[in-house]
Amino acid sequence: MIELNDVRKVFPARGRGPEVVALDGVDLTVRAGDFAGVVGPSGSGKSTLIRLVNLLERPTSGTVTVDGRVLTDLPADEVRRARSSIGMVFQHFELMDSRTAAANVEHPLELAGVGRAERRRRSGELLDLVGLGDRAQARPAQLSGGQKQRVAIARALAARPTVLLCDEATSALDQASTTGVLELLRRVRDELGLTVLLITHEMAVVKAVCDTAVLLEAGRVVDGGRLDQVLARGDSPLAAALLPAPVADHRVAGTLLRVTVTDTAPETHVLQVLVGRLGLDVEVAGGSVETVAGGRHGRLLLRVTGADQSGLDRALAQLRDDGSRVERVAAEVAR
Amino acid sequence: MSDWSRIAPQLLDATGETLYMVAVATVITVLLGIPLGVLLTVTGPGALAPRPVLHRVLGLLVNLGRSLPFIILLVLVAPLTRGLVGTTIGSTAAIVPLTVGAVPFLARLVETSLREVSHGKVEAALAMGARRRDVVRTVLLPEALPSLVAGTTVTVVALISYSAMAGAIGGGGLGDFAIRFGYQQFRTDITLLTVALLLVVVQALQFGGDTWARRLARR
Ligand SMILES: Nc1ncnc2c1ncn2[C@@H]1O[C@H](COP(=O)(O)OP(=O)(O)OP(=O)(O)O)[C@@H](O)[C@H]1O
Ligand SMILES: [Mg+2]
Repeated sequence: MIELNDVRKVFPARGRGPEVVALDGVDLTVRAGDFAGVVGPSGSGKSTLIRLVNLLERPTSGTVTVDGRVLTDLPADEVRRARSSIGMVFQHFELMDSRTAAANVEHPLELAGVGRAERRRRSGELLDLVGLGDRAQARPAQLSGGQKQRVAIARALAARPTVLLCDEATSALDQASTTGVLELLRRVRDELGLTVLLITHEMAVVKAVCDTAVLLEAGRVVDGGRLDQVLARGDSPLAAALLPAPVADHRVAGTLLRVTVTDTAPETHVLQVLVGRLGLDVEVAGGSVETVAGGRHGRLLLRVTGADQSGLDRALAQLRDDGSRVERVAAEVAR
Repeated sequence: MSDWSRIAPQLLDATGETLYMVAVATVITVLLGIPLGVLLTVTGPGALAPRPVLHRVLGLLVNLGRSLPFIILLVLVAPLTRGLVGTTIGSTAAIVPLTVGAVPFLARLVETSLREVSHGKVEAALAMGARRRDVVRTVLLPEALPSLVAGTTVTVVALISYSAMAGAIGGGGLGDFAIRFGYQQFRTDITLLTVALLLVVVQALQFGGDTWARRLARR
């Protein structure tokens, strides 16, 4: 479990520049076994946040708790020991070029004083786990980006951590490698029961692997929760970031309706009522529906023509009573 | 050319003296220069163990050592040489100023090499729970090794040139030989021969160092 309580991080002024408030009163809880994501625009404080969890960066105020231990209260050498139970994976892998894949995986074990035979056994086991059992003697320079990140994941898991931190772990990878690495992360979480915190600026990554997510903006958590719940909320800024709303074109005649699709409020019911029962002309003007966190989620923009407006309003009210999420899109704010 | 049989053994001795001075000075320089370079690096601002005052003092000493012309340094360290070796004359005595001159030189090169190691790798090790000395031992030094070898090669070549100067003031070796037999006896051929010999030694060292560094970098 990871818990940040009212964490502030202020970087002191450098030269004549102003001081930078990178995190401004952040509360965050990641339950044991959850795969959590942090998203946000560039400069919002994502990297700072994840680096606080293993105290690579110390908070200016607030507490950091991992698995019930308040790291911010521990003396330096105990923080160091606590770090070995927190694995970390980086955007640029940060493997040691002077070491083979196996020796890289053994690196944290060496630091922990694990004996040679045990290290060998463990690195073999972990390279097998990440699918690189046959590349144990390869140097990082001989591996592809995706393979390097797999070695880095094996290294992060070597000391049997309970928590895994991923700082933009797929941002330097192509699409295929990204998919592979994400599947691997998800699989090790399931098999080892890890708590994973991943930061990324790629919404697709969050949708692919996370159970929960928070949206960070200018150092504050502005939205968050379990993905299925977040996506079911029509007005959530995080949902808007994850499933960008289709752009409404008001130059074409007709009434635009926005439908938020979830498993419990499928678009089929809306269509049945509008087309089937009221006999209206309905076309899909934009949007998408995808499977996220095991459920169907999306936003659709429908264009209705030939409707009598008061009749349409009654139908929409009825639909909302049925549990559907549908509303008119005002001409100005088409979100 | 009738005197070659007289000169050849002396040339051999001189070469031996040069190699002896340079070899011993190299070993001591590496033993002192690398730790000093590490200390310079880790005490720097934003580094592993920032110590602004110590960093500045070390930096000053290193710059002092590097800015003094070697010939002046030779004279300045004479008391130290006498204290350590008992005399200021001879190849063994020459090792002292050679080392004093080369240590700051190597330390700066070491600092440059270690700074090239990305901070990301250092952080990766810290995130694994590494102590600072673990970071030096398992990250900075091994990752910078090819560059450290290259820097040491440059230092050894500089030591050979210093050793020729040290020779001139009583340290023996090829520099001394060139002056006594070549310059003072107007034997340009002997001077040139000595220069050629030094060139061969430097070339061989540089080639060896480059090959080693390249092999390490290709790992
Ligand atoms: N070591 C530092 N010293 C001073 N300011 C810093 C430092 N690290 C980060 N900052 C500042 O803190 C703010 C948040 O930075 P951070 O790197 O956490 O953002 P981010 O969300 O990870 O951005 P990106 O997506 O571009 O990586 C930025 O304004 C940044 O300039
Ligand atoms: Mg970042």
